[in-house]
Amino acid sequence: MSTHTLSVLVENKPGVLVRIAGLFARRGFNIDALAVGPTEHAEISRMTIVVNCAEHPLEQVTKQLNKLVNVLKIVELDPGASVQRELMLVKVRADTEARSHVLETIELFRAKVVDVAPDAVTVEATGNRDKLDALVRVLEPFGIKELVQSGIVGIGRGARSITDRSLRPVGDGGRVTERTA
Amino acid sequence: MTEHTTPTAPPTTPAPRPRITGAQALVRALENSGVDVVFGIPGGAILPAYDPLFDSVKLRHVLVRHEQGAGHAAAGYALATGRPGVCMATSGPGATNLVTPIADAYMDSVPVVAITGQVPSQLIGTDGFQEADISGITLPITKHNFLVTKPGDIARTIGEAFHLASTGRPGPVLVDIAKDALQATTEFDWPVPFELPGYRPVSRPHSKQVREAARMIVEARRPVLLVGGGVLRARASAYLAELAELTGAPVVTTLMARGAFPDRHRQHLGMPGMHGTVAAVGALQKADLIVALGARFDDRVTGKLASFAPDAAIVHADIDPAEISKNRHADVPIVGDCREVIADLAAAVASEQAAGRKGDYDAWWAQLDTMRATYPLGYEQPADGSLAPQYVIERIGQLVGPEAVFVAGVGQHQMWAAQFISYQHPGTWLNSGGLGTMGFAVPAAMGAKMGRPDAQVWAIDGDGCFQMTNQELATCAMERIPIKVAVINNGNLGMVRQWQTLFYNQRYSNTDLGNSARAGTPAGAQQRGTRIPDFVKLAEAYGCAGLRCERAEDVDGVIETAAKIEDRPVVVDFVVHHDAMVWPMVPAGTSNDDIQFARDMAPDWDRSD
Repeated sequence: MSTHTLSVLVENKPGVLVRIAGLFARRGFNIDALAVGPTEHAEISRMTIVVNCAEHPLEQVTKQLNKLVNVLKIVELDPGASVQRELMLVKVRADTEARSHVLETIELFRAKVVDVAPDAVTVEATGNRDKLDALVRVLEPFGIKELVQSGIVGIGRGARSITDRSLRPVGDGGRVTERTA
Repeated sequence: MTEHTTPTAPPTTPAPRPRITGAQALVRALENSGVDVVFGIPGGAILPAYDPLFDSVKLRHVLVRHEQGAGHAAAGYALATGRPGVCMATSGPGATNLVTPIADAYMDSVPVVAITGQVPSQLIGTDGFQEADISGITLPITKHNFLVTKPGDIARTIGEAFHLASTGRPGPVLVDIAKDALQATTEFDWPVPFELPGYRPVSRPHSKQVREAARMIVEARRPVLLVGGGVLRARASAYLAELAELTGAPVVTTLMARGAFPDRHRQHLGMPGMHGTVAAVGALQKADLIVALGARFDDRVTGKLASFAPDAAIVHADIDPAEISKNRHADVPIVGDCREVIADLAAAVASEQAAGRKGDYDAWWAQLDTMRATYPLGYEQPADGSLAPQYVIERIGQLVGPEAVFVAGVGQHQMWAAQFISYQHPGTWLNSGGLGTMGFAVPAAMGAKMGRPDAQVWAIDGDGCFQMTNQELATCAMERIPIKVAVINNGNLGMVRQWQTLFYNQRYSNTDLGNSARAGTPAGAQQRGTRIPDFVKLAEAYGCAGLRCERAEDVDGVIETAAKIEDRPVVVDFVVHHDAMVWPMVPAGTSNDDIQFARDMAPDWDRSD
């Protein structure tokens, strides 16, 4: 079992999310994280899906995903060759006494305060999962009142775009023959 | 050459293009897609479509009695003709009644286009009368589905639905159309360019993989061609025959592929799987190479996967990349349409042979010939003189002949019909394989007969199956669709009873359809089979001919009588022995090596006399 990040380009149409989520569910896969949003093309949305599974089941699920008519392309993002980020908003207990400690701490993580109340601050942080986990650990002693996290979004490093032909999709049609041969 | 001077037309604004209703657009799109028959039932939400349908001279609508019948009929039509079958229903319960046939078509990759009415778009999501989210419900059992709410999208969507259903790996496509979209007006264009950027089925196989497969075939000592339903969907039978004869390798045809390769061909070992022949199952288990063509290594074929064909390398060709290495790892995967794959493979084998590399399978054939001579398919006549179901089915096959179309339900009768009828042509054996839908036979036979009116179409059905969908006999009688139905009436849910006999200590919980209620009465004790309802009277009540046969000596006569009746459907109630079992059998979840050719009788694989 290992964690895989899939970038999935889909048609921007109603019901596409449920087709994809439903496929994962019925083939017995758990989605660890999922983020959907628009792309540089209005008619295309992009999903970043994080799954935790072994190599063979991953191949099976990407092949099944590729069969969905609304799915345009699937690329697996290699952690070493991509940038992957999550956004976290966390409301931390911070009265006047603790506030400067909290602010010092979040400064170390290059996070920023987006809201201040007399006894709390709301912090916005972005980063990979390890960084955000570390931030949560250091904020916990102050008292976390509320926390919300986005799914991961990811993009490949370098000049190439996911829509380039040179970037080989996973398990797409005939190409699978080359891959598994 | 004379020069014509054409008067210059006075400048005008272009005439407004004629507008038609969404319902008219639907009917025209169906006509333009080559549809000649639609199976369906009207209701509130689909009603606008039925008005222009009434006027169509190209479309014949067959009014079924239950939407499930429409769906299976569409599948039967598609299986018999190779063209997509079409069914139509209204919203809510009409649409949900299509769920079983849609799931059935999905499992067996049958091109079906299902059209359903939906509540008006402003009511969607309000739990309106007869509202059901049928596109949501059928998401996992369709190749794709659409919800159309704009009249201008109807024609394109219908075109896309037929394209999706019939290309690549075929399958059912559902088009759900809101009532207001059917009623509103729109311009009509045909053909309309598809908007399917994500749909790119691969049909052309990779030549390197094909050459590698050919090399393995000529180098193998114990190869088997494992032929699945994909060969029939690709209409590749002629190419298969060429490949088989070129290689000289043995062929097995799965339940879904019966008829893809002639049963009488010397290289044909029959059907593999749970109720396959000893030779077919044994060939796979002993093979050093399996060339799977349009087959998906279903659990009913492989038995316990871990011990399936332990020594075999696998060449797996399928149009669906997701089937390859799904259950069994493929050493040589080939994605492509079976027709192109098999044609290319034959050419590649021919060039191997031209280079002096030819497979030597003599020792293999000696082993296989011993296997099939020692363990042929067979059955025993019941000791009490009652009718053997296998005999009935075998005689139907022999007397009606290989030009007829045989359609089975699901259960013992289906297995016997797969075993004891000799198929010679593609499209002559239709059944529900993947989903195993009891009740498939009568409506699917109706659809097959609509598609192939000149062929004799026989439903081979069980008394359990028959009672699930026999209301379509009324449709057949009213619409003059003269199918024949052979009810193999053993008074039981026979296959379930067989499992109770073998695995549940003969505790026959709820499998008796016929006798228990009347067992204490003298009449009940004398009678076999299901008598409530009386199938002969039922047939007559439905406007069909009803015949009954209870003795072996009457079987031929009654089949011949049935075959001659052409003006109405015929139902023959064959009352058969209630304890006949399907053999051979690989018990569920066990290894193919544990096949029994009769109860507690396992073959000796390695016999070499």
